[in-house]
Amino acid sequence: MVEIAEGCTLDSLPPMIRLVLQGRAAALDAAAGALGLDAVPPLLRAASGAGGQALRLGPFELMILPALGSRAGLDAALAALPHSLVDVSDRHVGFVLEGARAADILAGLCPLDFAPSSFPVGMVTRTLLDKAGAAIWRTGAQTFHIEVWRSFAPYVEAQLREVGRGISFSLLSV
Amino acid sequence: MLLIDCPYCGPRAEIEFAYGGEAHIVRPAADVSEAEWEAFLYLRDNTKGVLAERWRHSHGCGRFFNALRDTRTDRFLAFYEIGTPRPETGEAA
Ligand SMILES: [Zn+2]
Repeated sequence: MVEIAEGCTLDSLPPMIRLVLQGRAAALDAAAGALGLDAVPPLLRAASGAGGQALRLGPFELMILPALGSRAGLDAALAALPHSLVDVSDRHVGFVLEGARAADILAGLCPLDFAPSSFPVGMVTRTLLDKAGAAIWRTGAQTFHIEVWRSFAPYVEAQLREVGRGISFSLLSV
Repeated sequence: MLLIDCPYCGPRAEIEFAYGGEAHIVRPAADVSEAEWEAFLYLRDNTKGVLAERWRHSHGCGRFFNALRDTRTDRFLAFYEIGTPRPETGEAA
């Protein structure tokens, strides 16, 4: 646990499997079924099932975090349908940003509105963190899972720390 | 900074998008003449007024979509999905 601002921590996630599925509705439905979901999550929402988590990043796209680190069930469910299922685990690095000022720190690097009414728990989207592409997923009221491309990770981490420092400084000075 | 309303994700800042040029330009068939091919590749209307154009939500859902934008004011009049016809706006093109 690394505290980057008063009551706000930034941690790297351990290596994990991430798959990107591109396909039409039938393929997305089949993947949701294989993950144990009732339905494909709506656009910009995440859902969890027994087989893993599905993040709906686009109308024809799911990012999948399989629970057991295996894609065998997905491959079987999708075999008869046109789709692409690509393992992008090595491309990504995950962070967890958590704490009362987590949304404020993200807002220092991104023009999205992180108020709970605009960006509720369960919402996920790709966007920009300063100048690097990132996927931001609100997993709790004060918890965000951030996915960035591996080569951008030191940059994004440094920017998050810098904003955290600025917020801590303004807390001290008022 | 323009506020662009992705048909899939909703309103987002312009920095999340890539511009895709004039929309509704149809690729000619394989037996095309050189003049027609040149027109397809290079000739655009350079509209002063309402322009139908393509945008891609490159730092978002990744999809292309179309927009109607008044090139004199930068005001957007409509956002619509690729493959759907240009909406009527009641304003002169
Ligand atoms: Zn979008």
